[in-house]
Amino acid sequence: MINDVKLVKRNLRKDRIFVGIISVFSLLCVVPLIVILYFIFVNGASSINWNLFTHDGGIGEEGAGILHAIIGTTEITLLASLIAIPVGILAGVWMAENTRGKFSGFARIVVDVMQGVPSVVLGMVVSIWIVKPFQSFSAFSGSVALAIMMLPVVIKNTEETLKLVPGSIKEAAYALGLPYHRIILKIVLPCGLSGILTGVLVAVARIAGETAPLIFTAFGANYVNLNIFKPMETIPGIIYKSYTFYGEGASVAWGASFVLVIFVLTINLIAKVVINRWKVKF
Amino acid sequence: MLKKLAIAILALFSASALFAGSVELIGAGATFPYPLYNKMFSTYKKDKGTVVNYQAIGSGGGIQSLISKTVDFAGSDAPMNDKEAKSAKADVVHVPTCLGAVVLSYNLPGNPKLKLNADIVAGIYLGKIVKWNDPAIVAENAGITLPDLPIVVVRRADSSGTTYTFTDYLSAVSAEWKAKIGVNKSPNWPGTTMGGKGNPGVAGYVKKTPGAIGYVEIAYAKQNNMVWASLKNSSGNYFDADLASIAAAADVDLPADTKVSLVDTKSPNGYPICTFTWILLYKEQAYGGHPQNRAQETVKLLWWMTHEGQAINETLDYGKLPPKALAIVENQIKSVVYNGQPIQK
Amino acid sequence: MASPSRNNEMQLKTESSRKATLHVLFFERSFRKLLFAMVIFMILLIGAMLITLVVFSIPSITKFGFSFLTGTTWDPANDQFGAFSFVVGTLMTSILSLAFSIPFSMSVAIFLGEYFTSGTLSSVLNSALELLAGIPSIIYGIVGFFILNPFLIQLLKVFHIQYAGVGIFSAAFLLAIMIIPYSASIAREVIQLVPNDLKEAAYSLGATRYEVVTKIMIPYSMSGIFAGILLSFGRALGETMAVTMVVGNSSQLNWSVFGLGDTIASRIANEFGEAFGLHLSVLVEIGLLLMIITVFFGVLGRWIIQKTSVRD
Repeated sequence: MINDVKLVKRNLRKDRIFVGIISVFSLLCVVPLIVILYFIFVNGASSINWNLFTHDGGIGEEGAGILHAIIGTTEITLLASLIAIPVGILAGVWMAENTRGKFSGFARIVVDVMQGVPSVVLGMVVSIWIVKPFQSFSAFSGSVALAIMMLPVVIKNTEETLKLVPGSIKEAAYALGLPYHRIILKIVLPCGLSGILTGVLVAVARIAGETAPLIFTAFGANYVNLNIFKPMETIPGIIYKSYTFYGEGASVAWGASFVLVIFVLTINLIAKVVINRWKVKF
Repeated sequence: MLKKLAIAILALFSASALFAGSVELIGAGATFPYPLYNKMFSTYKKDKGTVVNYQAIGSGGGIQSLISKTVDFAGSDAPMNDKEAKSAKADVVHVPTCLGAVVLSYNLPGNPKLKLNADIVAGIYLGKIVKWNDPAIVAENAGITLPDLPIVVVRRADSSGTTYTFTDYLSAVSAEWKAKIGVNKSPNWPGTTMGGKGNPGVAGYVKKTPGAIGYVEIAYAKQNNMVWASLKNSSGNYFDADLASIAAAADVDLPADTKVSLVDTKSPNGYPICTFTWILLYKEQAYGGHPQNRAQETVKLLWWMTHEGQAINETLDYGKLPPKALAIVENQIKSVVYNGQPIQK
Repeated sequence: MASPSRNNEMQLKTESSRKATLHVLFFERSFRKLLFAMVIFMILLIGAMLITLVVFSIPSITKFGFSFLTGTTWDPANDQFGAFSFVVGTLMTSILSLAFSIPFSMSVAIFLGEYFTSGTLSSVLNSALELLAGIPSIIYGIVGFFILNPFLIQLLKVFHIQYAGVGIFSAAFLLAIMIIPYSASIAREVIQLVPNDLKEAAYSLGATRYEVVTKIMIPYSMSGIFAGILLSFGRALGETMAVTMVVGNSSQLNWSVFGLGDTIASRIANEFGEAFGLHLSVLVEIGLLLMIITVFFGVLGRWIIQKTSVRD
């Protein structure tokens, strides 16, 4: 009897220790996030001034700002999204509609392969495709690289969201005599809009922070440039160039990091709100 | 609604391509003169209105971009070597723009000002001298307590003209270095060494790593408030790098193609690791669709940099082009042609 | 009997409605073809990418063959290339990052999958993980360079280890933090899929929660957990910016965790801009190699997940 009690007590203790350990490790995971956000905010906030947002200029130059980087990131990300979103959503629709068969399995593997391509290898390939033949670094080539990065995320996300749309809705639409393209564009896609939009937003946030593919494609610029066929500066690019630079360099890097982190946080927040407000419940 | 948005965005992008009105020059290359070029180009933009986009990716990157014809001009502290010249398939003109010095900067407690001779520097980079309190270093620095700290050697991770100049110096002062490694923009560094990206990268690593030593252009060491060593030159005296010792080292006759090495100078008052830095461009500017107005703007820029622009050099601790070099430099610029016609008369 | 005019009317109506139907059919068919075309486009894109990588690797492959992967001399100046040190660096940083991250990601997975599946603590932790995954690599790099490295120098001094502040250790540390969200989220999902009757059967036999988790749930979800680990490994392998800013970029072969090193991705980022000829081909080759390894782990991981979810 006494042995049983001892055993039970020991087991209960093990149980409590286990929960304790699990909890400690889990909560420790939050620590890096807090550290990163803290230092970005503290160092970044002290670098934020009106000058940063209204000036461009070379690295280390007095009075230089990140205006050209902000405009550059916006343009390159926008262009990449314009390329990737339509292609991705349409391909995702096809994936959701065709779940059986060897070809569909093959297509799925191809999407997985695309997702696995390292960003720097992608930069190399696009540099070989576009920069070298046209003998010009360009924001356009950077956008192409980023678009290829976005594509698998958008495809997978669209596919998964649309799979959740009940078949009954589609069948009802068919029964009413609607043609296929109407069913997809006006019924199914709107149903999955919140999920698809979330995926798109997350993909945009991800490529806005990418540096490696842009080093050999968009290259960089010291001045505001709107022309997509010329080199353009980006926020991650300017961080990479200025973080070891003396004087204002590091401060510009922290300021730009601050802007980038705020941007990523905002997109994540919007994505959460979008999910909650626009989600169609079945 | 979506369609209208898409059309609007496409219109914006196409319109942006029409901004191709004004000429913007693009250059890439050395980080060595970057602080100077930055100032020069922003002044040039204010005075003449032409935008120059110079990206400091290292001399090797600059030369490569010039070979790929993705830039109008390249910046390099190392003249093109045979392999690169062959790859370029056309003559490349080298135009010197300023003088600079490569200093050995380090991270030690108390920031002492050290004296290093050629054997010590070569020994450190050959991996033979591994601690700061090595007898060789102590011998040259009586009165300074050197800690028992391992030396962390920092060099360039990218292909660099600054490295070229530094290895040029090492080859001149150390037969062992010359035999084993030689002069190169990206040599096969012996031992385990830390690679920084660009002059800023090396400076950054040295600043953050206790016991580190690295070679950087003096402007970077100065602006980073770092301390650097005075070096013993070939006449046996210790010199710090400053405008006087740089000018003394540059007091040589320039060959017609301007490719000259200034390291291990025989000048008694010269700092031993100085170098010119060059702007490289194709002699025949009418290559692969390169428009004439870009060629003209590039040559105009070079003329300005080597004349009016020289007023900026010394304010940033770069040496001016020596007076006796000016005629040769002008000849180089005048030799640049478009379809056989010289651009600068 | 319909009047002639009414007949015409009806004929006209059938005409126009037939035209309309043909119109609609045309759009419908084009739309279906468009969807398919997008998929074909995507496949051709990957194909083109692979072909480009292989074609540009050929000069390197023909010159060096297999010895390229075992050689340790990286000398662009003399066209001597041996990528072994980068392969070692890549594997060391990634495997070490897995070792660092697994205790944390497993704990989070169990915490969120079994103990706290809902509620404010759960959503806060979930959001924290999502944010960690969303923070760009360059931010990890800059915080790593300015904050983590000095911290690690001091931390390792306590253990009498002389650390230069940059090296394999810093890179592995950063990578570990970056990949925790990936393996954690997949592990959490599979843990939540463990059927309730299995758990209840164990409880009815007198098992403690700890025993149920460790002896029932984890073995049951092992393939899913393993897949998550493979996926995060694939992610760590291809990571570029955060690594290149803290790893030290050394070309020398180094087996020490506290020494300087370099990875394939970091080396490509540093040297591609200045490479031409054989050097470029060499970089493309190691890039292709990296891609094959990364893709392999990614596809394998996803395949395992698919299989296990189909099972249920």
